[in-house]
Amino acid sequence: MNASGRASLGWWLLLLPAVALVLFFYVAPIAQVLTISFSEPEPGLGNYERLLTSEGIQRVIFTTLRICLLTTFFALLLGYAIAYAITLASPRARNWWILAVLVPLWISVLVRAFAWVTLLRRQGLVNNTLMQAGVISEPLPLVWNEFGILVGMVHYMVPFAVLPMLASMREIDPRLLAAARGLGASRGQVFRQVFLPLSMPGVVAAGVLVFIFSLGFYITPAILGGGRTLMVAEWIALQILDLIRWGLGTMMATMLVVAIMATLLVFSRVVDLRRMFGSGGS
Amino acid sequence: MKGHALSLRRLTKRYGDFTAVDDVTLEVEQGQFLTLLGPSGSGKTTILMAVAGFVEPTDGHVLLDGRDITPLPPEKRDFGMVFQGYALFPHMSVAENVAFPLRVRGQSRADRDAKVRAALDLVQLSAFAERLPKQLSGGQQQRVALARALVFDPNLLLLDEPLSALDKKLRAELQEELKALHRRIGRTFVNVTHDQEEALSLSDRIAILNHGKLVQFGGPGELYERPRTRFVADFLGKSNFLHGIARGPDAAGMLLETPGQGIHVRFAGPVHMPRDGGRALLSLRPEKISVLNPGETAENVVEGTVRAFAYLGAGFSLVVETAHLGEIRAVLPAWQSPVAPAEGLPVRLGWAADAAVPVEEDAP
Repeated sequence: MNASGRASLGWWLLLLPAVALVLFFYVAPIAQVLTISFSEPEPGLGNYERLLTSEGIQRVIFTTLRICLLTTFFALLLGYAIAYAITLASPRARNWWILAVLVPLWISVLVRAFAWVTLLRRQGLVNNTLMQAGVISEPLPLVWNEFGILVGMVHYMVPFAVLPMLASMREIDPRLLAAARGLGASRGQVFRQVFLPLSMPGVVAAGVLVFIFSLGFYITPAILGGGRTLMVAEWIALQILDLIRWGLGTMMATMLVVAIMATLLVFSRVVDLRRMFGSGGS
Repeated sequence: MKGHALSLRRLTKRYGDFTAVDDVTLEVEQGQFLTLLGPSGSGKTTILMAVAGFVEPTDGHVLLDGRDITPLPPEKRDFGMVFQGYALFPHMSVAENVAFPLRVRGQSRADRDAKVRAALDLVQLSAFAERLPKQLSGGQQQRVALARALVFDPNLLLLDEPLSALDKKLRAELQEELKALHRRIGRTFVNVTHDQEEALSLSDRIAILNHGKLVQFGGPGELYERPRTRFVADFLGKSNFLHGIARGPDAAGMLLETPGQGIHVRFAGPVHMPRDGGRALLSLRPEKISVLNPGETAENVVEGTVRAFAYLGAGFSLVVETAHLGEIRAVLPAWQSPVAPAEGLPVRLGWAADAAVPVEEDAP
């Protein structure tokens, strides 16, 4: 072995602890999950066959996709409005806005889910207020259904939608907006033809981020869904913890990982993911 | 009628205690090329932005052909504008950039295509229509910005330091192009710059600004030959300043009494006339001074020694130390120099009586 070969071996040795850590804590468990999904209760593709045959499983998957898409849509809508307001705000106001966006991130997801239950339940603040105001005569079913899950998830996801969009909006040269107006565009035209297209990379990034996060959501749907609306993560927990059907649970977990990989793969073709999540590149 | 007349009436813009533009009144006739010239912070850009509609004046009015347009938002003014750094839309091709003002005005695709082609022809960029702005050089981007500002037949063309981002050679080229373009299309142009050469070579009218105030307004030759104040003489070109006491000023001329000698001054046009017996200041351009041959004479002659000199290729720049007038700077063509300059060389400087102009000290 020559000198440069030895030197490069030295570098590889330095990486070894990190590689071992990753192998032991991430790769091995996932490989085990994959193995179980093909071997329990009996070896073969039986668990995966259920994807095509079991209506219950299909319903869980479609519910999850529907909720995730709706969550992504509303989180992007709200997030865009907030990011836009922050971009246009004065530097002082901007810091307060950003703080207001970030504070919810520091509060436990559990606390936030229960806070929504308090607000949305039959005798909650929202229903009571509406009834006292005479707007409704019967309490609205605001929680323990898909609506409740959606509210909780959108609330959780808005900051994750705001941050990538804000980053992309702040890269837009304000002179372009002035130039557009100077050339005869109304405020609406400036937004539609200049600001919106230039902020699209941020919207795509935020969309991918929120959608992927939403797919594996567990606590919020579990609490606000009241067990009646099942999403994939909760369904997996049910299979493994309550029904001890390891094969089915791990099969679904594998599908979740595959779905996330597929989403990332598709979007990596469209946009530069590394840049989207803020690491390197310019 | 192609060009439009622009007037500013007592235009003032204050930001809190800071007065960016202080009571500026000026008129530009249709088809003229006006340059707002001044150092940074002189208020020139603020004036341009008030004309464009991006800055709301604290006081005063902007008039187009006598009509008050002060309350109109920028998109209603129909002014073409070339921004500093060009502000081309990065997500649109060159053709789409140029078509933008037409698209927001709701023009049909067929109309747009013809006009975009004509505008790109005008700036010789037809071959680059499908490129993105970032695939173009600085000079090409500048031309796209021009085409985009002109494509919709604007009332005025506003230029915010349009050449400042380019290197010297390219800047000179584009200056010529801009001037030719102005002559060809006959629109009224308003240009902002801090580059006095650009202002002199391009403009029909120059407004010199300092600390938000209009110091002098006029044609390039008038401003260069007869600066009103020390600031104008100093900012537009280079100048020597001679201090002394004015003796017997009348319409024809005066004598500037300095400790060692009198300087004869003949007025070549209307100037700021100093008070008889009061302190006076003369501006004397370096290129109007010559080095005299032995026996040669001039209306004003000063003796001194060369303290420093620089060879400029086309000529020499001399700094001559004189007994009573301090340092005098002279620039002379190499072929006209009777002696090879050297440090310590005694020389006689001479200039005609109409070479120097009395100027005012600037208000502090």
